[in-house]
Amino acid sequence: MALPQKRQDATEARIAALDTPGGGGWIRKARDEALARFRSMGLPERRDEYWRFTRPDELNAAAAPEAAILEAKETQVFGALDRLCIVFRDGVFDEAASDKLEGEGLEIERLADAARADIHWAKDLYGVLEARAQVPVVRPFAALNTAFAADGVVIRVTGRVTKPVHLRYLHEKTDSDAMLHVVVRLEEGAELTLLENGPAAARFNKCMEVDVADRAAFHHVRAQGRDHERRAVTHLFGRLGKESVFKSFTLTSNGRLTRNEVFLELTGDDAVAHVAGAAVGDGDFHHDDTVFIVHDALNCESRQVFKKVLRNGAVGVFQGKILVKRGAQKTDGYQISQALLLDEDAQFLAKPELEIYADDVACSHGSTSGAIDEDAMFYLRSRGVPESQATDLLVLAFLAEAIDEVEDATISEDIRSRLEGWLSRRRR
Amino acid sequence: MLKIENLEVKLEEEDKEILKGVDLEVPAGAVHAIMGPNGSGKSTLSYVLSGRDGYEVTGGTATLEGKDLLGMEPEERAAAGLFLAFQYPVEIPGVGNMTFLRTALNAQKKARGEPEVSAGDFLKLVREKSKALEIEPDMLKRPVNVGFSGGEKKRNEILQMAILEPRMCILDETDSGLDVDAMRLVAEGVNALRDAGRAFLVITHYQRLLDHIRPDVVHIMANGRIVKSGGPELALEVEQNGYADILAEVA
Ligand SMILES: Nc1ncnc2c1ncn2[C@@H]1O[C@H](COP(=O)(O)OP(=O)(O)OP(=O)(O)O)[C@@H](O)[C@H]1O
Ligand SMILES: [Mg+2]
Repeated sequence: MALPQKRQDATEARIAALDTPGGGGWIRKARDEALARFRSMGLPERRDEYWRFTRPDELNAAAAPEAAILEAKETQVFGALDRLCIVFRDGVFDEAASDKLEGEGLEIERLADAARADIHWAKDLYGVLEARAQVPVVRPFAALNTAFAADGVVIRVTGRVTKPVHLRYLHEKTDSDAMLHVVVRLEEGAELTLLENGPAAARFNKCMEVDVADRAAFHHVRAQGRDHERRAVTHLFGRLGKESVFKSFTLTSNGRLTRNEVFLELTGDDAVAHVAGAAVGDGDFHHDDTVFIVHDALNCESRQVFKKVLRNGAVGVFQGKILVKRGAQKTDGYQISQALLLDEDAQFLAKPELEIYADDVACSHGSTSGAIDEDAMFYLRSRGVPESQATDLLVLAFLAEAIDEVEDATISEDIRSRLEGWLSRRRR
Repeated sequence: MLKIENLEVKLEEEDKEILKGVDLEVPAGAVHAIMGPNGSGKSTLSYVLSGRDGYEVTGGTATLEGKDLLGMEPEERAAAGLFLAFQYPVEIPGVGNMTFLRTALNAQKKARGEPEVSAGDFLKLVREKSKALEIEPDMLKRPVNVGFSGGEKKRNEILQMAILEPRMCILDETDSGLDVDAMRLVAEGVNALRDAGRAFLVITHYQRLLDHIRPDVVHIMANGRIVKSGGPELALEVEQNGYADILAEVA
């Protein structure tokens, strides 16, 4: 079906502004198919149901709107951990600043290098999980990413890797428009912790495809960076095998526009998927978590915990769906999305959804938004805690359920102290 | 210590007068009790003194050691030495009891220009005080009051009081909901804090607490006023005859 002319023009303009990445062979085919997918869906529009709460205009624009660089003073998040660090500057791999791409139980390559190989394991995943996630709802920016992302990494995990892999995204040019594509394959029984942080670019489009084989465990923690004017659209696609574990947590502080989409398919029995997020915004901040979890196996558990603290015009969006397919009995699905509105200008828009085609399941969802509990506030103050400090305590308490989803205590402490920093910079 | 003169208070939201000219003075070293029928304004008095929102003072004064209480923020009143043990202690999910206690203690110290308490000293202090109140270490690890039984909440209030060492302690029905043993523990906790530089105002419905904490003066509050004051025998009279006689007598 042809797109309406206006949408088609915008879509073609977006394509025309991008450079076609090199690399032939297997990746050429994946990219061509993705481009065809993108062309058939076209750029999103405000009236699209999936974009009802978030304006796609700045993501649609052919040129990235500029974003100033923030001079962060505090120490780097995850900086104190023993980790394998891979650095991208405005979306370009920086070999000199990165650790050597090697580690016990790990095969890591730059995407561009993998693309040059005639045969590569990543062929079975690159654009494959993305394409699967285009049904029943289209995700044009993910297809665009598969078609045009020139850089990124592919990671194959064959054992239990204890040292986290850290993707660090630096933003140095005010007009950078970056696309990165990351493919992760965890072989049977393998384990990996993947960390990500940084503002990445003025405008950032990131797509991550993660294939978790039977009994493998994937832990993902990211801290989306603090540059106020940056825009980002990210996609996290996951496929979970039998008895596998997939846990992802995202901290977002600042950013003019963030749309984080997650699409997970639980395809093996007894798999566990947790996605959580804590977002804090003050002022010109629009944060959108759009999550889609597909249960397609027996006895699986999924859990979504999303918390947002908003003030001064900040907007939070949550669209979360649990789809339980026919036969996915004994599914345990949980979803909670909550916003703490620190003043009357802040706004939270939520659309929780359940779609269930199996009869023996336990699914629950809840969504709330509200102000600070006045009784708790008075109780704290009556014990001598000043109002601003009491607010911080209550904000951290509100976010605790999400942060608690981070299993590693050192990493969750890192996240917590980063939040404390954010709060203390905003003490009134 | 605490001096209240002709205090008149109405609700902020509606035109409802609750305190209609309260006069009360509690000197340092003394224990005073307030009794009175339900809805007579006892809790309102304690909230207004500690600075809760929602009330409007339309007349009168309240001072703590000569300082105007009513002009201060709640946290300033706390730092000045005022403490209220709540009739209904508040649950705060997500905030650990220990974090809460330590934050409160250090915030007060900071406000008074005193050095903060180190983590080690604090731990010792809490251990000692909670042991006396038979508070399980597990309760200290849990979020503030969350999942605590009624009696545990009240004991937790007294623990906070023991740690913060306020100079003016108001206890709003700390005895209700306590079993006999807990009542004794709480009373011992209060008695341990009694000294010449500290005063107590104990709001209660029952004579029993006053057997353990001997008050110097008992006040009867009715319809937003202190209508009668006397010695401990006044509490016995209430226990035996209810309020009818007293109210008839002052009417
Ligand atoms: N926020 C409020 N909104 C409406 N009414 C209120 C409010 N606060 C107090 N009141 C009313 O003021 C009166 C006094 O209440 P208060 O709680 O002070 O009584 P009390 O003496 O402590 O009673 P009790 O012995 O039952 O604890 C009651 O009639 C109560 O309903
Ligand atoms: Mg009361």
